[in-house]
Amino acid sequence: MSDWKRHDPLNRNPATARSSALYRAIGLGSAKSGAHHWWVQRVTAVALVPLLVWLVASLLAHARGDHQVLALWLGQPAVAVTMAVLLMALFWHMKLGLRVIVEDYVHADRVKFAALIAVDLVCLALLAIGVFASLYLAFR
Amino acid sequence: MTTAKLRPRSPDVQIYKPQLTSVLSIVHRMTGVFLSLGSVLLVAWLVAVVDGGDTYAMVERWLRSWIGLLLLLGWTFALFYHLCNGIRHLAWDLDFGFELRSIYLSGWTVVAASMILTVLTWTLGLAVLE
Repeated sequence: MSDWKRHDPLNRNPATARSSALYRAIGLGSAKSGAHHWWVQRVTAVALVPLLVWLVASLLAHARGDHQVLALWLGQPAVAVTMAVLLMALFWHMKLGLRVIVEDYVHADRVKFAALIAVDLVCLALLAIGVFASLYLAFR
Repeated sequence: MTTAKLRPRSPDVQIYKPQLTSVLSIVHRMTGVFLSLGSVLLVAWLVAVVDGGDTYAMVERWLRSWIGLLLLLGWTFALFYHLCNGIRHLAWDLDFGFELRSIYLSGWTVVAASMILTVLTWTLGLAVLE
């Protein structure tokens, strides 16, 4: 922690106020949710490690299965729930990742705005359809 | 002001020498985008299983065509790469492996691991399909 913070958190000394870290940080956004994007990206990443290993292994195990075998497998409660959780983690992770890419490479304001909205809505739509399909197979 | 604008912004991709670190970083993003397209297939596949019949037969036919298999191979590698490099990122978040030596070592490990896992998966997959 820097010195000014320890001794004068509100930085009331007019002689140093304008050169302080606090002065430079004011107006640049909340310090409370700034790391939220970063954190959720990590939480979903950690969740996706076992979930994707499970997905690849399961798909391998069912590579030979016909439609009926797959429908029965996907319809098992544990499989349907795992698939739904996987889709949630995946599309949340994807939404955050694609957002960063748009923010980094798209600089025209209107295109950027449209792209960011599109990323969120497409991810949400895919999540809704995928989770519905998983649950449908379980409750059919 | 004009001269200031013309100066290259670093790292300028046209003159900047590619390094393992920068290449792996951009490949992480590219595989992420490619995998996003794969997620559409995952959802389409689930819907096809729900729908059954002709829809499923169509998706299955497409998946087993050469273009489908080629894309699946690409998605397999992209998935393993993104997974392995993602674990590398998580290790960095825990403050492990930041020394230059470790960064290169983990980088090459990611390259090797994702290739080995891809080959292993397809060997197993094709053996199951035999």
